Amino acid sequence: MVKLTETSACAGLLPVSHSGVTLRELDATAITSLAPYNGAEKAVSTALKRAIGAGLPDAGRLIAGPKGCILWTGRGQYFVLGGTLPKLKAATTDQTDAWACVALEGPAASDVLARLCPLDTGAMDEGDVARSLIGHMSAIIIRRSDGYDLMVFRSMARTLVHEVETVMKSLAAQARL
Amino acid sequence: MRLPNRGLVDRSKRVSFTFDGTSYQGFEGDTLASALLANNVKLVGRSFKYHRPRGIMSDGSQEPNGLVELHRGTQITPNVRMTQQELHASLKARSQNHWGSLEWDVLELNDLLSPFLSAGFYYKTFMWPKAFWEKLYEPVIRRAAGLGKLSMQANDEYYEKAFAFCDVLVIGSGPAGLMAALTAAGAGADVILCEEDFRAGGRLNFETIAVGGQPGAAWAEAQIAKLRAMPNVRVMTRTTVTGAYDGGTYGAVQRVSHHLADAQGAPVETFWRIVAKGCVYAAGAMERPVAFRNNDRPGVMMASAMRGYLNRFGVQVGQRAVIFGNNDDAFRTAQDLAEAGVHIAAYVDSRNDATIKGDFPIHLGSQVSNVKGRMGVEGVTITGPSGSDDVMADCLGVSGGWNPTVHLTCHMNGRPQWNENIVGFIPKPGMIPGMEVAGAAGGTFSTHGCMKSGIFRAKEVLKALGITARAPRMPEAEDAPYRIKPLWAVAGKGRAWLDFQNDVTVKDVQLAAQENMASVEHMKRYTTQGMAPDQGKNSNVGALAVLADATGRGIPETGTTTFRPPYMPVSIAAMGAGAQGDGFAPQRYMTSDRRTRQMAAPMIEAGLWYRPSYFPKAGETHWRQSCDREVTMVRSSVGICDVSTLGKIDVQGPDVAAFLDFVYTNTFSTLKVGRVRYGLMLREDGHVLDDGTTARLADDHFVMTTTTAAAGLVMRHLEFVHQCLRPDLDVRFISTTEQWAQFAVAGPRSRDLLNAVLDTPIDNDTFPFMACGEVSIGKLKARLFRISFSGEHAYELAVPARYGASLFEALLEEAEKHEGGAYGMEALNVMRIEKGFITHAEIHGRVTAYDIGMERMISPKKDCIGKTAAQRPGLQGAHREQLVGLQPVGAVKELNAGAFLFDTDADPTAKNQLGYTTSVGFSPEMGMLGMAFLKDGRNRMNHTLKLVDRIRDVETLVVVCDPVFMDKAGDKARG
Repeated sequence: MVKLTETSACAGLLPVSHSGVTLRELDATAITSLAPYNGAEKAVSTALKRAIGAGLPDAGRLIAGPKGCILWTGRGQYFVLGGTLPKLKAATTDQTDAWACVALEGPAASDVLARLCPLDTGAMDEGDVARSLIGHMSAIIIRRSDGYDLMVFRSMARTLVHEVETVMKSLAAQARL
Repeated sequence: MRLPNRGLVDRSKRVSFTFDGTSYQGFEGDTLASALLANNVKLVGRSFKYHRPRGIMSDGSQEPNGLVELHRGTQITPNVRMTQQELHASLKARSQNHWGSLEWDVLELNDLLSPFLSAGFYYKTFMWPKAFWEKLYEPVIRRAAGLGKLSMQANDEYYEKAFAFCDVLVIGSGPAGLMAALTAAGAGADVILCEEDFRAGGRLNFETIAVGGQPGAAWAEAQIAKLRAMPNVRVMTRTTVTGAYDGGTYGAVQRVSHHLADAQGAPVETFWRIVAKGCVYAAGAMERPVAFRNNDRPGVMMASAMRGYLNRFGVQVGQRAVIFGNNDDAFRTAQDLAEAGVHIAAYVDSRNDATIKGDFPIHLGSQVSNVKGRMGVEGVTITGPSGSDDVMADCLGVSGGWNPTVHLTCHMNGRPQWNENIVGFIPKPGMIPGMEVAGAAGGTFSTHGCMKSGIFRAKEVLKALGITARAPRMPEAEDAPYRIKPLWAVAGKGRAWLDFQNDVTVKDVQLAAQENMASVEHMKRYTTQGMAPDQGKNSNVGALAVLADATGRGIPETGTTTFRPPYMPVSIAAMGAGAQGDGFAPQRYMTSDRRTRQMAAPMIEAGLWYRPSYFPKAGETHWRQSCDREVTMVRSSVGICDVSTLGKIDVQGPDVAAFLDFVYTNTFSTLKVGRVRYGLMLREDGHVLDDGTTARLADDHFVMTTTTAAAGLVMRHLEFVHQCLRPDLDVRFISTTEQWAQFAVAGPRSRDLLNAVLDTPIDNDTFPFMACGEVSIGKLKARLFRISFSGEHAYELAVPARYGASLFEALLEEAEKHEGGAYGMEALNVMRIEKGFITHAEIHGRVTAYDIGMERMISPKKDCIGKTAAQRPGLQGAHREQLVGLQPVGAVKELNAGAFLFDTDADPTAKNQLGYTTSVGFSPEMGMLGMAFLKDGRNRMNHTLKLVDRIRDVETLVVVCDPVFMDKAGDKARG
């Protein structure tokens, strides 16, 4: 029997650190996209609360429950991180392998992002979620207490690491001036 | 010459630099301009058109003459204003625009030919013969007229882009800007203060004006220190705000390391996009020259610059000075210079009634009418009520008054208004939403007035943001009135310069008016006034005043030309930061990428993806050898190809079948669960959008595949159809392209290979052609599709992407047991041509389903996107170019994509062309094969035509055939 092994999206690329900012790959978590069918938002939200302890968040927000967390990812679309989903009146799709998920952490994380993302990410509160760009890559950006979680298409992991690290190095150099 | 104990340079820190290869010394705090003046270097450049010797004219970023190339490593940055460039130990500057040396410029000949080179000369002269323009005239003119050069090497320096956000953006850090920033910061607003100079303080650094009982520069330094210490303030020096755009967005370029000998990895420049809720614009004003004969000689400079070099840098620009002005401010220069011990040979004021007193000769109601000397001022001619007199002098300070720096306020197409009191244009309120103009930029010139205006304007901005502010304490400062009488040009013979940077004289502007280029925009284009890197900062108002005079209109009626961003030249490298080379677009790598590169496969781009062209084996020296081997391998045994790049869209919902019926030409509602169907999608205009296979995983669940490059396009199309055309259908979709690593396993041994890796074997009954379903590999759930793009018995096997690399290895290992292996895009392409399968080479956007012989796929039983439009007259019939196959029949066997088809006896002209090839490939079994679109192609089967490739100069006789070259019945795929 064939035994397949796992390779993470950023294998061999991370972590990297410069001047107190770190970029590391997040531990693998099941990601399920969830899009409630017409008129089913409330029912889906209630069912989710019962199942994982968190309902559907407002646009641009994330709600963490005891058994998983749910983030808004676009028009009528959410991602559920972790947790097992019950049968829902919603389209659900496995997205676990589709994303390169990294954490950008450290006091200057906002300064790094200010060179890659056109949004005012410094003004995001913990648990805020944005769909925006990192360089030319479409991304999901989540504000955490000590930085940001960034998600881009898995195939773009190398570009993501390269672009973030380039800025990290530049800021370190500018701090030395 | 450097005077002791004056200025803000750090005399304990000497800095060596080179200019045109000669070493000089200056101090930290010097600009290249101040250091050269301190070294008595007067000649710094040659003018644009006439190659006249030029010296430094100003002390700021508007400098028209002192432009240099900076040489660093392999890079040259041209047109750097030496008045802005700070000294550093590895600064290598070179003067521009001369042939020969700066002192002996051969092209100064142009100056002698000046009677022939007036405005419009090129337009009139180089019209004939027409062909000469591109080949002869233009290159010669470009050689003669020009600015700095580039190194012609690819940029290897780092530039950066960044975004910033604030409540209040303050532009300029003079008295007005500082007070505005203090007011806004004190009220708790988030403030960004941008200053173009490397030292904050604006004019206070160049003047002897006291503020609050201390020297102005020291006061400014203290305020900046106070602002820097506040957590809600970001002070950005060396940062020029270059444009005002919609929504409170401002562009700004920061010179991060231009001033450093070693950047240590920091960017050269950063291009900022600053989004501000409000803005106080306090960019100050620029002194303007007066036009008179030879007013461009080295040693003639702005009066304010003359005292600026003295006060800020401790540099005396000459021994015997003449000052010439039409306003009280010019007199400050005479006072400061006299106080420093410079001999004032004459103070010349065009006003009769000026009330000024000094211990030097004062000529009221007089004008400077000529400057003597070629490489430097040797004397000036003063013309007054009692005639003309020559005065010996080695420098001349000129002031024609001050122009408020209105540029940024006009970037959203507003026009400034003429103000008679200050004889200048000032901004109108509300030209940029959210922006208030303070200080000299708004026409308030006294230090006290500027500070007051800074506070008031900041409060206005804060009020609009709902923030109440308290005024900071106002320090004592001068409040002298600004008195001026207009003087634009001194009458008399000879050429009097208006635009120093583009060599435009008073006569040129008058000629433009005479030749009916009377509108200011026409005058600009006819004379090129205001077109240079300084964008007419020094010359616009003077030129339009001369034009107003020449056309008999007033200045307000004449108006200004359009002010456009950027305010200052911005390097393309800064604007394109991050997008150079590989940064142009993200790179998408397949899970098999690492192993593929280990196998030395050359990669080609498909959309943003990198896919292998072919997998070379030892001994293969040409791609065709590898490609032929791979085709034969798949056709005889088994091949593996990573097809993960194809778009995969997960479509679900109660109405999913109805939705697919609507977007596809053919029917999907009848597709059974566990089956795959080929589908064709049209655009709304009836042309083909994309094709691909779609599998039904459950009643309400399909997986659609798209071509690699059209994945985003199809997704967008589906969103549009769902959101705008059929919101009634309850359906959801999301891309799963990245979720699955998918591999084609193709060839007669494909099932044998699969059965070695699958937990449960399959056969033709459980998994017939066009079946799909879940399978298991090492207890891992996977998806299997029995589809074929090669015409062979083939499958596509998909696993979650984290297992992709591992599965590719496993499949390769198994394939080797069957004498199979990996194949790349070249082999894939040859096999699909053999089978007559289309790609976007064929469905390139201009073809219909009819053209590719698939019109019967548009189901008559239902409606679909593009169905009606596809039936329009003209989109069907014999005149259409229809898809056919081609094979060579003559001695020449070469077929090329993009070549054109003709009747064998026809001339190969556009009129006679019958069609063109879209794809060609070499089939190891059948030789060269081509796919082509041919007029009435389906009725020309077996005709012999001529295929002409004009680019590669190849002519081939071809025979028209069916585009499916092998296995027309499709038995192989079903086997």
